[in-house]
Amino acid sequence: MLRFAFNRLLQAIPVLLIVISATFFLVHSAPGGPFSADKAVPPEVIRALEAQYNLDQPLWQQYVSYLGDVLQGDLGPSFKYSGRTVNELIAAGLPATAELAMYAMLVALIIGISAGVLAAMRPNTMQDYLPMSAAMLGICMPSFLLGPILVLVFGIHLEWLPVSGWGDIPGDKILPAITLGTGYAAYIARLSRGGMLEVLSQDYIRTARAKGLSEPLIIFKHALRGGLIPVVAFLGPAFAGLLGGSFVVETIFQIPGLGRFYVQAAFNRDYTMILGMTVFFATLIILFNLLSDMLALWLNPKLRQQAGGES
Amino acid sequence: MALLDVNGLKIYFHTRDGVVKAVDDVSFSVDSGETLAIVGESGSGKSVTCYSLLDLLPKPPAKIEGGTALFDGEDLLSCSLERMQHFRGNDIAIIFQDPMTSLNPFISIGEQLIEPLIYHPDKARRLSREDASKRAVELLDEVGIVDAPARFNCYAHEFSGGMRQRVMIAMALINEPRLLICDEPTTALDVTIQAQILELIKQLQQKRDMAVIFISHDLGVVAGIADNVIVMCEGTVREAADTESVFYRTSDSYTKRLLAAIPEGAKTMANRAEEGQPLIEVSHLKTYFNDYSSPAARAEKRQVKAVDDVSLSIQRGEILGLVGESGSGKSTVGRSIMQLVPITSGSVSFNGTPISGLSSSQLVPWRQRMQMIFQDPYASLNPRMTVYQTLVEPLLYHGLANSNNIEQQVQQLMDDVGLARASMRKYPHEFSGGQRQRIAIGRAIATKPELIIADEPVSALDVTIQAQVLDLILDLVERHNLTMMFISHDLSVVRYISDRVLVMQRGSLIEEGKTETLWANPKEPYTKNLLSAIPLADPKSERERLSS
Amino acid sequence: MDRLQAMEEKGSSLWRDAWIKLSKNYLALFGLGVIALLCIVSLLTPWIAPYGYEEQNLMLGATAPSLEHWLGTDIFGRDMLTRIMYGGRVSLMVGFIATAVALVIGVLWGAIAGFVGGRVDAVMMRIVDIMYALPFMIFIVLLMVVFGRNILLLFLAIGAVEWLTMARIVRSQVMSLRKQEFVEAAYSLGLSQWTIIRRHIIPNTLGPVIVYTTLTIPSVMLLEAFLSFLGLGIQPPESSWGLLINYGVETMEEYPWLLIFPGVTLSLTLFALNFLGDGLRDALDPRTSKD
Repeated sequence: MLRFAFNRLLQAIPVLLIVISATFFLVHSAPGGPFSADKAVPPEVIRALEAQYNLDQPLWQQYVSYLGDVLQGDLGPSFKYSGRTVNELIAAGLPATAELAMYAMLVALIIGISAGVLAAMRPNTMQDYLPMSAAMLGICMPSFLLGPILVLVFGIHLEWLPVSGWGDIPGDKILPAITLGTGYAAYIARLSRGGMLEVLSQDYIRTARAKGLSEPLIIFKHALRGGLIPVVAFLGPAFAGLLGGSFVVETIFQIPGLGRFYVQAAFNRDYTMILGMTVFFATLIILFNLLSDMLALWLNPKLRQQAGGES
Repeated sequence: MALLDVNGLKIYFHTRDGVVKAVDDVSFSVDSGETLAIVGESGSGKSVTCYSLLDLLPKPPAKIEGGTALFDGEDLLSCSLERMQHFRGNDIAIIFQDPMTSLNPFISIGEQLIEPLIYHPDKARRLSREDASKRAVELLDEVGIVDAPARFNCYAHEFSGGMRQRVMIAMALINEPRLLICDEPTTALDVTIQAQILELIKQLQQKRDMAVIFISHDLGVVAGIADNVIVMCEGTVREAADTESVFYRTSDSYTKRLLAAIPEGAKTMANRAEEGQPLIEVSHLKTYFNDYSSPAARAEKRQVKAVDDVSLSIQRGEILGLVGESGSGKSTVGRSIMQLVPITSGSVSFNGTPISGLSSSQLVPWRQRMQMIFQDPYASLNPRMTVYQTLVEPLLYHGLANSNNIEQQVQQLMDDVGLARASMRKYPHEFSGGQRQRIAIGRAIATKPELIIADEPVSALDVTIQAQVLDLILDLVERHNLTMMFISHDLSVVRYISDRVLVMQRGSLIEEGKTETLWANPKEPYTKNLLSAIPLADPKSERERLSS
Repeated sequence: MDRLQAMEEKGSSLWRDAWIKLSKNYLALFGLGVIALLCIVSLLTPWIAPYGYEEQNLMLGATAPSLEHWLGTDIFGRDMLTRIMYGGRVSLMVGFIATAVALVIGVLWGAIAGFVGGRVDAVMMRIVDIMYALPFMIFIVLLMVVFGRNILLLFLAIGAVEWLTMARIVRSQVMSLRKQEFVEAAYSLGLSQWTIIRRHIIPNTLGPVIVYTTLTIPSVMLLEAFLSFLGLGIQPPESSWGLLINYGVETMEEYPWLLIFPGVTLSLTLFALNFLGDGLRDALDPRTSKD
């Protein structure tokens, strides 16, 4: 198991290197320098700025020094927020985003798994159709539509919940978490229904029944583990999706998180910021994919033994 | 009153295409210490009957339409789920056909074994985890698991097929049931393992004085262990009597057909093998595969030696049997001769010309002269092509027909393999297994080949169908003057069809001989073992064999 | 061999069985109907749209749905129905073209990996695995920022993300077909590689490919709408449903219909495509035919 994790980590290094390089050259091949948008800046000021950010050096030299910095965990200064580094900005935005992603994930897992399992217990009955229709609704109702509608209904019309902010007013975290989590809850519900149905049709479930075990025991002890493997394997991609979703949700609810910073950086053409955050996101996502793969592997004793096998 | 008394049981399946009477008015009874065999082909309702006793049928589509099943005086068919959970595993236990899929791969076998004890529906009878584990280890030991305490925490995939079935048996017996239902418990196993498992079930029954219901499609398996037999066909009981009456004095036509279908005794057709140049000569054939079964194996580039230095020859007109248990490499030999898998070293010659190592375009003319019949009639036909398209393909590809006579040629093939001409435009899924195998045979003989390699061509078929297809094959061999290599795990079938037999074990040939000589006088201990493990459809001699 | 096609006659093929099963699935039929209607409307929009696309009426301003303007007007007095129709053209086009890109790359990649097998397969699938782990959403944003919001680039970028799953599906399908006995039988008949691919492999991979294509279209449309909503996708004067939703959000407190109508249209389309995809999956999956 450790060996497998180690191997995967080793493999992640070249991947990260490719991501960093590709992003770096992509950003630096952008038409127009980062300061060209600002009007009427005297040439000497631009030159001074370029020297400050090492932009006057040949590209490969910039690349090497950037790579060196990144390896030391330094993502460089921000172009737009003068005097602040990308690291600082990430540190400022991370707590809100991490908290939001965690709540959303909780919403997704709890609602998704229970809906999926309920549906799989009695397929093709109301107990199946209702949650699955709701799941379809959740999939077809993207967060950028669901969010405003929730705001309209619960924030503006009913005035039950605050419509923006993060941690200022009690309850202001509810709508963002639901907005971000719903789509994933729907997807997880479909995945876990499929996985559970597959497992419940297996011979070994019949064996468990023939042994006289009670239905809850069969569902929770014998079926859930196998049935949730697809869900576990989906956690990595879901996490990547949550980060992407946070762009929208943080914009809608004005949450000072990474997603909003990223979108702002994109509009401001804050190249070092985009570069730095892309590297940071990529690392995070690769790490989470690794974790979810390992978890899925660990759940299956046969694969677990093979992956951890000697030699 | 007997321990279990089933009366007028009716189970219908309500499907989209109408009502299927899976079980229609079935009655039987079984008492402690007694073994009742329920024999029938697929679709006879034998398994459905037994699953209904433990309420294991999927409802819908299944529905119990009538009848009673009194166990100790209490009706199993009308009791509540809660009451049923008391019966399940405690009074009535069941073991299934495929021990691989019937054990939970995510939970250690020890945990699965003790579950009926620690979650006993009757709270007073629940055991602590320690006591339950102790009991489970004892039982594992009793069913013949070596080093039971250590194996207790292993998972199903760490056991071989036979060992898994022993675990299943231990699991069924853990609460000392009074009735044990065995649903084809040996069908997925090799013949030598089958003999061991049958013996084990017999022993355990005698020791515990259990009632046993033994479901099987194979009359031979049943002969040695059953006291009474009921024969089922299409949901109804055709015959119910004591074992000897069924085997020796039956008056029922279907039972007679079943008994006659068991390939027994020597081949009736004359040996047509010609002297001189062999049609196929294989020398020092080695076929290795890369082992991708685990990351470790992949990293070390381990190889599976499927065929390891095999030399053989087939004379023109000969039917050569190739037998071996699963994993012996017998199928790979056939595929290597057909040039369907790349061989590692050695050579294959057809009529004196080496064909191993030829490119696929160079092979085309040879391919016309040798064809293959595969095991699974459901996988060997393209589901999106009609019978006509399937049969036309070889004809047109090898230029054996033109647009004027093609219709007639295909009709001829349909006649040859005994299929109605009218069904030419149908798709494979509209045929039964036996009919599909006939289509596959038709495709194989379409190119008018000299050699046919048949890889377990009847293993997936019911016994009565199996007999028909075997007769068809023999008939075609004679009429088209074919040479054949017949690969099978089933020794009775091989004996019935071949002139000469080769025995394979773990990639190597270990014995060869004329069929009857080999049967009368096997030299290798492995061959002896194989031959003695074949169940015979003869209760008297079977009983002697089991008790010895 | 092509004469074979000419000789084909009726029989209950799997395709026909699938169609019969699909035609009993009302949700899927509803989906099919909605998609067909949308396609027709989109094709005919320049002729049937009630108003011109850029036709403003600043005097009118934003009005609720009325007889003249069925879905109301936006703050510039532009007819919403017209704008949704034109936006739909772009959204559907992005959906179809990007899916086509994904389809071509995915099928070729998966088929080659599955058919060649061995080391080539290992390397190709490793690449897919690695790409799965990449933050594509972020890349697309990056691309849009660096190269400007170019609609062609958007097609390519989205297509390049969505082919991965298609490649996996096709590969596993081809791999399992290659081991099927009927393909072995075709080899032992001496059929050429190409004939085997054309007659035995392709017809049997088509089902899952159709299903997954149908399910890719909504996810592509969603991605486009997502980017447009952020202001990073389609840009004015072009319009798409995502962009209309974005505008709608800005004024949703005063003029909720500006959010609701484009939102409902998008959701309904996604619904229809997903229902159709699910229905096709049920109809084409041989496993579901048993019960």
